[in-house]
Amino acid sequence: MVFEPKILGFLCNWCSYAGADLAGVSRIQYPTNVRVIRVMCSGRIDPVFIAEAFINGIDGVLVLGCHLGDCHYISGNYEAELKMKMVSKSLSMINFSDRIRLDWVSAAEGNRFAQIVSDFTEHIRKLGPSPAKNKKLKKQIIDNLNAVKFALSDTRLRALVARQRELTTEGNVYGEIISNEEFEEILNNAIDNEIIRHEILEKIKNKGKSVPDIAKEIEVEPHKVLQHIVTLRARGLVDVDEINEEIPTFISIKEV
Amino acid sequence: MSDDDIRIGVFICHCGTNIGGVLDISELTEYAKTLPNVVYSDANLYTCSEVGLSEIRNNIKDNNLNRVIVASCSPRTHEPLFRSTCQEAGLNPYLFEMVNIRDQDSWVHMKEPKKGTEKAKDLIRMGVYKASLLEPLEKMQVGIIPSAIVIGGGIAGMNSALNLANQGFNVSLIEKESELGGLLRYLNKLYPTNEDASNILETRNLVENHKKIDVYKSAVIEKIEGYVGNYKVVICQNKKTIEIEAGAIIVATGAIPLSPEGYYDYNGKTIISQLELEDILKKNELTANNITMIQCVGCRNEERKYCSNICCMTALKNAILIKEQNPDANVNIIFRDIQTQGVTYEAYYRIAREKGILFIKYVPEKPPVIKKDQIEVYNEFLNQVIGFPFDLVVLSMPLIANKDSEHLAKMLKVPLEENNFFLEAHVKLRPVDFATDGVFVCGSAHWPADISESISQSNAAASRASTILSKEMLEVEGSTAEVNSELCVGCEACIKMCPYSAIYKDEDTDIVVVNKVVCKGCGVCGASCPQNAITIHHFTSDQLIAEIVTYGGGE
Repeated sequence: MVFEPKILGFLCNWCSYAGADLAGVSRIQYPTNVRVIRVMCSGRIDPVFIAEAFINGIDGVLVLGCHLGDCHYISGNYEAELKMKMVSKSLSMINFSDRIRLDWVSAAEGNRFAQIVSDFTEHIRKLGPSPAKNKKLKKQIIDNLNAVKFALSDTRLRALVARQRELTTEGNVYGEIISNEEFEEILNNAIDNEIIRHEILEKIKNKGKSVPDIAKEIEVEPHKVLQHIVTLRARGLVDVDEINEEIPTFISIKEV
Repeated sequence: MSDDDIRIGVFICHCGTNIGGVLDISELTEYAKTLPNVVYSDANLYTCSEVGLSEIRNNIKDNNLNRVIVASCSPRTHEPLFRSTCQEAGLNPYLFEMVNIRDQDSWVHMKEPKKGTEKAKDLIRMGVYKASLLEPLEKMQVGIIPSAIVIGGGIAGMNSALNLANQGFNVSLIEKESELGGLLRYLNKLYPTNEDASNILETRNLVENHKKIDVYKSAVIEKIEGYVGNYKVVICQNKKTIEIEAGAIIVATGAIPLSPEGYYDYNGKTIISQLELEDILKKNELTANNITMIQCVGCRNEERKYCSNICCMTALKNAILIKEQNPDANVNIIFRDIQTQGVTYEAYYRIAREKGILFIKYVPEKPPVIKKDQIEVYNEFLNQVIGFPFDLVVLSMPLIANKDSEHLAKMLKVPLEENNFFLEAHVKLRPVDFATDGVFVCGSAHWPADISESISQSNAAASRASTILSKEMLEVEGSTAEVNSELCVGCEACIKMCPYSAIYKDEDTDIVVVNKVVCKGCGVCGASCPQNAITIHHFTSDQLIAEIVTYGGGE
């Protein structure tokens, strides 16, 4: 039997949703796989929504907005682009970035909408069902997706992306303008760190563990693990569990 | 029944055969009944017909429905109708949710009725889960001060002030110089009619004597506060501070000519600017016989990429005027591209050619060179350098943005483009609007404009402003953003991000607040907030995640 992927489409009210309506008015036929959630602007789509979709077994997510420069809300689609870049970077670390697509459809492009849905459906069909639905892999994949969701909810990471345009054009509080390359590097590091931190939290969810033990389990150098523990402690997510022979063990103290 | 019980009614529309001819409506109706909180579900032939609408109204009452879902066409066309139907039956219109099973289902899956019906089930289920979390919202009403402030007393500003005043609105016209008229004061005659600029300048008297217009000359704007319908502008005039209130603001601050100093050995005597030539012609003091004009000086280059729009016609006008006074004069125009769009302007160009004015094209890589007794220019078509003797060289300088545009833009919270001209909300669809409601732009503040363009734009801006001023109250959408001050850490990322400057930090409480009157509910701030402290009403994260989860998990 042919695999029928579950595709979720986020469409902005003013351009892409209108384009989808126009495809209907023009009776352009396309695959039935997509379910649409209408939002006012593509910039409304919180990165967490995408992680949530994959956690819930959706095979592919389409985000469609107005063409750049044509946003009904002036700059919302630029913000969507930046946020989707962060989503894509995070998902690429767990081999999921192939399952999202950001594109632009105007209110006059019924044909283009139908084409994008057809292409994307075919693309996901070729990729096969999301591994989050695979019985053997499920636990690991959902853990990974939760780590991505943790990263995408992280205050620091979100603040970085929210300020990206400002930091790369106007500069920071010291007036230093950060180049796009430099910004990408900072962002990549931040995503990396958040995903590792989530992994640590998962390992010490129910049982306190020492830094060397955690380091061994997740295959990260002990001094880096210690840094992450310090950060997580500062955020109030981790605390010392007990101290055995001068070696402390740490435990997660808050559900994330 | 407790007040908290959610009671959803689902109305499924056949839309004649548009939906009913493809999807299995009775299957959908039965399916809807199985969904949580759904207490009523039925099909209509046309839900949007009076019969369909009264069924919604009746069932809201008979079945105590507190959420209504219509599965039919597109919310882009029919949501307002169904919302007002709900309202008529006493239900808050924001407790209505629409599911699109026609434009995005039956019409696009005409040959796959089974799969289309499955899709419709998912969409209805997603709608039900969202509807369960919908909250009632109120539309706010704000009063409007029925008067306008026009900034800039050039032809655009004067004309928009007159337009509004003649409609009966009070207008305050603010001019930084000691007299009205702007650049028009320095012009001799106007193309394409060649009438005296002083005729148009008569507008000044109409403005100054109009009982609905207060003119503030030598006035500087110090502060602009408020939002659409309720602006407060503080100006300083003769060391006196004056506070003016208005419902709308028109920016007509014009532009200034680029100084010719440093271009082509400009000396103010034998090498002058086009504006200086205007003055000589006005005073009838022209003695030169061999005149060459150079176009595109200081613009359409790396520093200033734009075309100044008015210089071709100005050069043509002055060349024609010279030829009319002295047919024996040699007048040359060295140009890159002559822009004379439209019927009248093109006819004007023909007149210039007929009068024997010589047009010589140059390329920017090889600009003309002014030597001691002649001006030399390389011509591509002849592939050689041509020289002309000259008594007078006239440089066509572009208009550039006012130096104080940046300061004014910041006070108004409106954007400038790369050359510091004011940037409209949309180049095609909203050419005289700013994204900020209640602020409009016209004339050369927006882009170098000639008199007729300035006048049409100023009428446009005045009429756009009157669409606000003529209302007593402004109704504001209920679906806006709201900051949860408990969660907000004051990072101000949203303040920078909001395209409408709707978010601000309250100076007294230090808390970030959304101005609901200005907020358009796009949701960009909420999706980016590092603290998740912003709720986007009617598109809350909870509502959207409920849709995602039920689709994903609803196998």
